[in-house]
Amino acid sequence: MKILVGLKYVPDTEAKVKVAADGISLDPAGVKMIASPYDDYALEAALKLKEAAGSGEVVVLCAGPEAAGTVLREGLAKGADRAILVKDLPERADGLARASVLAAVARRESPDLVLLGKYGVGTDEGQTGPMLAELLDLPHAGAVVALTVADGKLSARREVEGLVEVLEGTLPAVITCDKGLNTPRYANIKGIMAAKKKPIETLTVAELGVSLQDRVVWEALELPPPRQAGKILQGDPADTARELARLLREEAKVL
Amino acid sequence: MAEVLVFAERREGEIKRPVLEAVRAARRLAGSGKVSVLALGTGASSVAATVAPYGADRVLAVEQPDLDLYAPEPYAAALAAAARETGAALVVLAGTAMGKDLAPRAAARLQAPCLSDLVEVEISETDVRGRRPVYSGKAYARVRASGRPVVATLRPNVFPAGSPDTSRSAAAEPFAPALPPGRIRVVRLEKPEEQERDVAEAAVVVSGGRGLKGPENFSLVRDLAAALGGAVGASRAVVDDGWIPHAHQVGQTGKVVSPSLYVACGISGAVQHLAGMSTSKVIVAINKDPEAPIFRVADYGIVGDVFEVLPRLTEEVRRLKRE
Repeated sequence: MKILVGLKYVPDTEAKVKVAADGISLDPAGVKMIASPYDDYALEAALKLKEAAGSGEVVVLCAGPEAAGTVLREGLAKGADRAILVKDLPERADGLARASVLAAVARRESPDLVLLGKYGVGTDEGQTGPMLAELLDLPHAGAVVALTVADGKLSARREVEGLVEVLEGTLPAVITCDKGLNTPRYANIKGIMAAKKKPIETLTVAELGVSLQDRVVWEALELPPPRQAGKILQGDPADTARELARLLREEAKVL
Repeated sequence: MAEVLVFAERREGEIKRPVLEAVRAARRLAGSGKVSVLALGTGASSVAATVAPYGADRVLAVEQPDLDLYAPEPYAAALAAAARETGAALVVLAGTAMGKDLAPRAAARLQAPCLSDLVEVEISETDVRGRRPVYSGKAYARVRASGRPVVATLRPNVFPAGSPDTSRSAAAEPFAPALPPGRIRVVRLEKPEEQERDVAEAAVVVSGGRGLKGPENFSLVRDLAAALGGAVGASRAVVDDGWIPHAHQVGQTGKVVSPSLYVACGISGAVQHLAGMSTSKVIVAINKDPEAPIFRVADYGIVGDVFEVLPRLTEEVRRLKRE
């Protein structure tokens, strides 16, 4: 089985958000870039499926700036067999543009399964997976917390507003992965050494024959308005609890 | 004036509140234009009576029992067909689990731009502008989508559904586009054994963190949540330690919530956690460390021991609710 895993190159989730001088970008100073955490679940799921089958190929794919090669190298160190970098996708390319680029790569690779995170942290949209499936005319299951694959069939579970949806269907398919699916591994020294010999193929958007359109444009990035200083109570637990309940009822009107 | 189409998500036949919020928002955006609603599955035409009081003019009803449960392919095909049928300038979905999954697929089918998780939305002759949380709510992006239609999901609990106008009515029209079968489909819904309120849709969330010292003390949080009629949330630290299942986790890698009232108990307020709850309308923090970052986002707080404060606060809430 051939599995294509999408890794998105994103700012570390612990990064402090500061708006850059252009008013639209995240100030990159001091911000570490990583593979989106949900993509780690996708890669882990792919590696587990390959290990269980005893054969197959896991290909990691990233579309972003050239520097995104670092997250592909990490994917190779964890056990992926080879990597593809599309090195010139603009930072704020919209969902359809990103999905079009990934679709162009997927068409060349014809994987049995495409695995992605449920969304790329930062933009927090969750558009790429379902869009990619539609563009490839493949079925999809989004934000799964359980996945089993056997004999060209799959079953998955996803959590929806207090319920669990149980999905069944056929391969090939696009699956996006949620936390809870598995526990992602870390790369070990052996893996890191082995990754140095594994190939990273580098492509451009133009080489893939994709023309990007700016259907969605970011006009500004704004920090949330500072909250007014809160009323912080100190003292006897019984008194403060009573006063807090009163404030919630009479002032905040939420009780 | 604009034609607006709303997708009426149904769970076990029922319309949930975020759909009514979307219908009301659509009504405002449409101006003198029409608000159409797409409903799928058995009893789809009955949706008309539910959505009309919130501003729907007509319901396109695809009465097919094989659409009772979610299947991304036929659902997306139906939504795209309805967008073409109505000539909608804007297609609106509630930003629920289903809406977030369906909107991008339908948008790709329409080759349309997609705006996710909007907290503000305006429409003009040429484009749709919106505001949406990014970096898990640590910032907001102002976004503009050009093209027709534009597909958008609205964050639940942000747009008011308003009060129903029962004098309004909407016509239900049978709609039967050609739909693909769906190679992956939901085959059944399961209710988790412990039937608990989901943090993502609760109006009140009470969360616990390391300050509770152990899973056995989560009952203090549960009791307050029960008194407030809310859901139980948790910080990543205690979920990672196995005190409570991941479904309860509020934060960047858990659920992002914006309830009317959020109570953080024994949670210091790591960036990770703040990202998941900082858009809540009223934030209350209870923590014994006055320097805890959670107090910086709190509207109200008590510097104190959760073991002493929580039982008393629960009792006060019960007393006020009885009055």
